[in-house]
Amino acid sequence: MNLTLRVWRQKDGQDKGGMETYQATDVSPDMSFLEMLDEVNEELSRKKQPPIAIESDCREGICGACGLVIGGIAHGPGKGTTTCQLYMRSFKDGDTIDIEPWRAAAFPVVRDLVVDRSSFDSIIQSGGYVSVNTGSPPDGNALLISQPVSEEAMDAAACIGCGACVAACRNASAMLFVSAKVKHLGVLPQGQPERKRRVLAMVEEMQEQGFGDCSNEYECEAVCPKEISVETISFLNREFIKGKIAK
Amino acid sequence: MALNGNVPGGPIEEKWDNHRFELKLVNPANKRKHTVIVVGTGLAGSSAAASLAELGYNVLAFCIQDSPRRAHSIAAQGGINAAKNYQNDGDSVYRLFYDTVKGGDYRSREANVYRLAQVSNSIIDQCVAQGVPFAREYGGTLGNRSFGGAQVSRTFYARGQTGQQLLIGAYSALMRQVEVGKVTLFPRREMLDLVLVDGHARGIVVRNLVTGKMESYAADAVILATGGYGNVFFLSTNAKACNVTATWRAHKKGAYFANPCYTQIHPTCIPVSGSHQAKLTLMSESLRNDGRVWVPKQQGDARTPEQIPEDDRDYYLERRYPSFGNLVPRDVASRNAKAVCDDGRGVGATARAVYLDFRDAIQRDGFDVIHSKYGNLFQMYEEITAENPYETPMRIYPAVHYTMGGLWVDYDLMSNVPGLFVLGEANFSDHGANRLGASALMQGLADGYFVIPYTIGGYLAGAATEVDTSHPAFREAEKEVTDRLEKILAVDGSRTVDDFHREVGMLLWDNCGMARNEADLRVAKGKVREIRDEFWKNVTVTGSQGEFNQTLERAGRVADFLEFAGLMVEDALVRNESCGAHFREEHQTEEGEALRDDENFSYVAAWEFKGVNEAPALHKEALEFENVSLSQRSYK
Repeated sequence: MNLTLRVWRQKDGQDKGGMETYQATDVSPDMSFLEMLDEVNEELSRKKQPPIAIESDCREGICGACGLVIGGIAHGPGKGTTTCQLYMRSFKDGDTIDIEPWRAAAFPVVRDLVVDRSSFDSIIQSGGYVSVNTGSPPDGNALLISQPVSEEAMDAAACIGCGACVAACRNASAMLFVSAKVKHLGVLPQGQPERKRRVLAMVEEMQEQGFGDCSNEYECEAVCPKEISVETISFLNREFIKGKIAK
Repeated sequence: MALNGNVPGGPIEEKWDNHRFELKLVNPANKRKHTVIVVGTGLAGSSAAASLAELGYNVLAFCIQDSPRRAHSIAAQGGINAAKNYQNDGDSVYRLFYDTVKGGDYRSREANVYRLAQVSNSIIDQCVAQGVPFAREYGGTLGNRSFGGAQVSRTFYARGQTGQQLLIGAYSALMRQVEVGKVTLFPRREMLDLVLVDGHARGIVVRNLVTGKMESYAADAVILATGGYGNVFFLSTNAKACNVTATWRAHKKGAYFANPCYTQIHPTCIPVSGSHQAKLTLMSESLRNDGRVWVPKQQGDARTPEQIPEDDRDYYLERRYPSFGNLVPRDVASRNAKAVCDDGRGVGATARAVYLDFRDAIQRDGFDVIHSKYGNLFQMYEEITAENPYETPMRIYPAVHYTMGGLWVDYDLMSNVPGLFVLGEANFSDHGANRLGASALMQGLADGYFVIPYTIGGYLAGAATEVDTSHPAFREAEKEVTDRLEKILAVDGSRTVDDFHREVGMLLWDNCGMARNEADLRVAKGKVREIRDEFWKNVTVTGSQGEFNQTLERAGRVADFLEFAGLMVEDALVRNESCGAHFREEHQTEEGEALRDDENFSYVAAWEFKGVNEAPALHKEALEFENVSLSQRSYK
């Protein structure tokens, strides 16, 4: 099939940027979306034009590096998938596809479709961990954790830190990202000693980094490639209130 | 020249304890005066950086990704081994040690493997303490499963995302040290050179991938945890950015490269679908616990799998290896898949695939059980192939997955360059000629959490004088790497970087892949050089150095792969035996299994760089087996 792509091009953080049009020809339905863009970039390279800068690494939906807004949707059509897991069989011949970077004040554009998400690392640095040094912790089985609790923690820990939740949110809020970490550690016994400190520190850092607040649009849940539920945000809100009261 | 692995004396059970006692200590006040560079933030790098910072060292941590959390350890699906014997099924430190040495086809260093098995249990405890949500039994205890190459259940896992969860654990520990100021983080930096002062590793030169500027950093020791070189094949299960550059540049500065011909070809990957393919996707080996591997008995059988009755199916692994069946080690499973496809019995459009069938498991355990065990993998398979594996068997084929070779290190994980340590997949030491499933995560974390914090102290306690980046060696290195990139940009030819990469990758896959022979390797040796020569005459890279330029990044990596490929082929040629994943067609048993030559090849081949088009010099470290008796590996 043949497609028309309208792609955001921006040379660097200072450049104003704008949409440019490219043709993708002879696209096979078995190609991944990123493989289709690889081919476009190969063609640009052959013509000695600068290829489109795109972030991607594992190409199997787990590293969280890739992330494009495709046709206005973070990670494109398809539920529970990252950009690299999107296949061209989701499109049809003659389609025009808009491709843009994550847009949020806390994610400045580096070049074209690549953004800087180090604000997420800053949030984790503020408290997204259990403070335990390498050494001789108790035997793994000394701590019994029921299967449902372990599963609940795992559901939240599945977050890949891609930032789609922020890109989809009208307020560019990082509440789903923050809540996933707060819940992962908050439901486990290992996370209890720092539970209150953690939630307050992470929420404060989130605001410091320029992310907005949640206004219950649920757009984040809709685009999350790991299908992390907005109920996680409710968990965060309860934790936050409890933390504030305790303070 | 003979190499010495500096293995401590005494019985194997006591070596590590004795050695830890003998190693010199750095007192807490002095640790603050030492700076350590850690390159790479996967399991080995993150765990090392965090653990060293906790001890009080100043750590500079570098990664090429935008965040340390994205290192490729994150993609490991299946699990991590430990000798806990929670299942009461006969496991022990000794059995894990024995299985790993045997699985590596007796080409690893016994003492290192024993230490790995010894610290394996502490890794699980450490990860649980960090909040890693391992799978649990109903009673709340940790769950286990069995994995290829083992007959006991010793693998701990977190759904199909074990690598992700372990890496998030190590990354969290690292972030905590960034917060307290003991680690300085340098994301989006690519190491382009190792800097030596008076023969010691004293720093690195990196390219800031956002600004394109060269930056120098000095330290008292340098740790490389930069992963393997599987992407030399272009198509592999590795992430796109995985590369050999850091280890190769260290090699060119004097570090020996050991056993580069040992490449693991993983048996269960989604087959190649077309020429556009950018990478291959692994389907976790855990699927072999319940899936049965088969092909039609008849060559060219065009029926759909459902139409092929039981009597016309060849469950070749179960037939050939009755005691291990579908759980034979990876090298054996991969070679057998290749053999049946070479025999004209491959399936699917390309006939380069075999079936992995869950029909019987679903009948036995029910849909729900299989769904809960493998749901995410089945979903991933369906997204890629548009086929539903609950209804029709998966099609799988081997793909490049892991590299057992790497920079040579001694028992302390130090290379032959003093002050240069190498951890995880980047070193060579623990997996011999074949790695068993769920051992890579174990080794990465063992090296980072429980080995390097001790052994680096032994080196730093006697460390030399202060060096900073004003030393001329840094200017020289910066100039050298800047000139190299300028040279690439100046070629201005007509072929793209990926075009060269695909060409050398296909060459290696055909001639230095699952099976090798002398004639093919000789052809490949000449061809690698031709491709390399053409690259420097005809590659095209747009843009400049002083900007975010992904094509230039890839070009630098491919240029290094093209040099490395020559060494890989050379090593495969010189190792005139079969062992583990290195299968020389000239050397096989009557039944087609790898036939070792212990008399002549029971050594580590450690290569010294002599120049790009010069023959490398071979140094041998003799492998002594005092605890495990060498035998023909049998999984029958």
